[in-house]
Amino acid sequence: MELLCPAGSLASLKAAVDAGADAVYIGFKDETNARHFAGLNFTERQLEKGIAYLRQHNCRLHVAINTFAHPDGMARWQASVDKAVAIGADVLIIADLAVLNYCAKTYPDVEIHASVQASVTNAAAINFFVDNFNVKRVVLPRVLSIHQVRQLARVSPAEIEVFAYGSLCIMAEGRCYLSSYLTGESPNTAGACSPAKFVEYKETDTGLETHLNGILIDKFTDDEKAGYPTLCKGRFDVGGELYHALEEPTSLNSMEMLPQLMQMGISAIKIEGRQRSPAYVSQVTTSWRHAIDACKANPDNFKPSVETEQCLSNLSEGSQTTLGAYHKKWK
Amino acid sequence: MKYALGPILYYWPKQRVEDFYKLVAQSDVDIVYLGETVCSKRRELKIKDWLNIAQTLLEAGKQVCLSTMALLETPSDLAMLKRYCDQKDFMVEANDLSAIQLLSEQGLPFAIGPAVNCYNAQTVDLFISKGMKRWAMPVELSHEWLRKIVRDPLLKDKRDSFEVEVFAYGNMPLAYSARCFTARSENRSKDECKLCCIEYPEGRTVNSQDKNQLFVINGIQTMSGLKYNLINDLKSMHGTVDVVRLSPQSEDTLKMLENFRANESGLAPIPLDKSDECNGYWYKVEGMIQVES
Repeated sequence: MELLCPAGSLASLKAAVDAGADAVYIGFKDETNARHFAGLNFTERQLEKGIAYLRQHNCRLHVAINTFAHPDGMARWQASVDKAVAIGADVLIIADLAVLNYCAKTYPDVEIHASVQASVTNAAAINFFVDNFNVKRVVLPRVLSIHQVRQLARVSPAEIEVFAYGSLCIMAEGRCYLSSYLTGESPNTAGACSPAKFVEYKETDTGLETHLNGILIDKFTDDEKAGYPTLCKGRFDVGGELYHALEEPTSLNSMEMLPQLMQMGISAIKIEGRQRSPAYVSQVTTSWRHAIDACKANPDNFKPSVETEQCLSNLSEGSQTTLGAYHKKWK
Repeated sequence: MKYALGPILYYWPKQRVEDFYKLVAQSDVDIVYLGETVCSKRRELKIKDWLNIAQTLLEAGKQVCLSTMALLETPSDLAMLKRYCDQKDFMVEANDLSAIQLLSEQGLPFAIGPAVNCYNAQTVDLFISKGMKRWAMPVELSHEWLRKIVRDPLLKDKRDSFEVEVFAYGNMPLAYSARCFTARSENRSKDECKLCCIEYPEGRTVNSQDKNQLFVINGIQTMSGLKYNLINDLKSMHGTVDVVRLSPQSEDTLKMLENFRANESGLAPIPLDKSDECNGYWYKVEGMIQVES
């Protein structure tokens, strides 16, 4: 089971490697990357250094080209594929069918994974990616229960990768336009959800308000911790009741399911968080490295340690974690 | 220009669905999409009921297309999809790549609905090679984006082999989740949903704390809070768009269809409702915005 960790910067890449990641995933500093945030990602020089560091430590490099090519921009997405292959990426993670097609035809020997943004949730869809693009692995959206993941793993002709920890996207990834509805920019078209440039924090007499492009997402009293206004995690009114109508500000943590994930032959677990700090990446990677090693050694008696649970909980959004869709009751 | 009625996105009682399609049969709509696309637990109508309605509409001179689910998670979801893809009487609208896989394996022609990610001419071209005959673009794309795709040299010799459709009226489907938000709004999980969507024939409105109508929740689907309405943009669609889709609402859908037809050349414009309608996506801005057309 591969532990795949986020590297939004050279410092995070090193932190992940030092903490025991088997592989890291990165993206380029452009719109072909679904974490195209200001101040993130790699310049050419940083990229060279990062790759050298990975090679030294026998760690694999995945490059995410996980947005959808604009109608006049295919050349830019193809250039990202060319660049990823040229720098020696071990894996390309791709979402757009046309980009997948280009990569599969141009570089038949390169290992391709279907990005979570490709929204592959069932066996027939996996077959589509395997038959057409010879995809070796699919990354599952965070919408399936553990039972559904098991059913899929049993019949899938491709390897399965699942999200293990980090921000919880509650929609089928790659098919959520809520962000462009409110801001004009979505993960698919602009590489970011609820982009920071639209965020505003307003101090008012009745509390701190968070806005996204002028829309009130939430309002916090003095004793509440104000979170980032990701639009699906606000408190809204439905039928006169005010609550987190879509989802609470919480993070996914599937560590207690590790023995099951291992037993069903999941090939890799992914840690979300290319936008997070190197310290975060280091702590989360360390926790998961220990957990995977402990689980491999003694799967029948595996239980996350209290310290690990506490550490992961402290690092998460709103200091809360959930099993998300893996646990049926969450739905 | 042809006009289409999209699948009913809400959960209506069987009688209401059948009554609606009786009126549709008498209307002058060209294409009708039928079927459940949101949640596999909604079983007021079985496949044979949909096929009966399809047959009646066909006899009334309509082109009928069977719409399929957008989010398929279980082997039984796939088994149901397969039943639709295996019948040969009506064309199927794929709303997930799984349906494209099943239909292209059999060499059957199909339509692609707005829930399938297709952002460029190369992807359209790939779908044409698989058997796509009609394509509805993702709702978040603009007129300009669509024009660039349609006019791409890659598609120059293929433009006659497929139709271009645009979602032009109704609350837009914006996201699909594992979670049922309607059940959640009644404090229940999806497993114990009691099929409560049937109580909300237009979904449930989600308002911000300052009373902005943000979204509509419709089971596992999150929709736009405002109705998309491109009635005043039909003239600009000539040459690019072949089919205009109206999404069935709980009231006045067929009246709206008449209004659309009347304004096809821009001769009978109707100002958009300031508080309930939007058209931003078409103009490449926030979807929720209303742009003066």
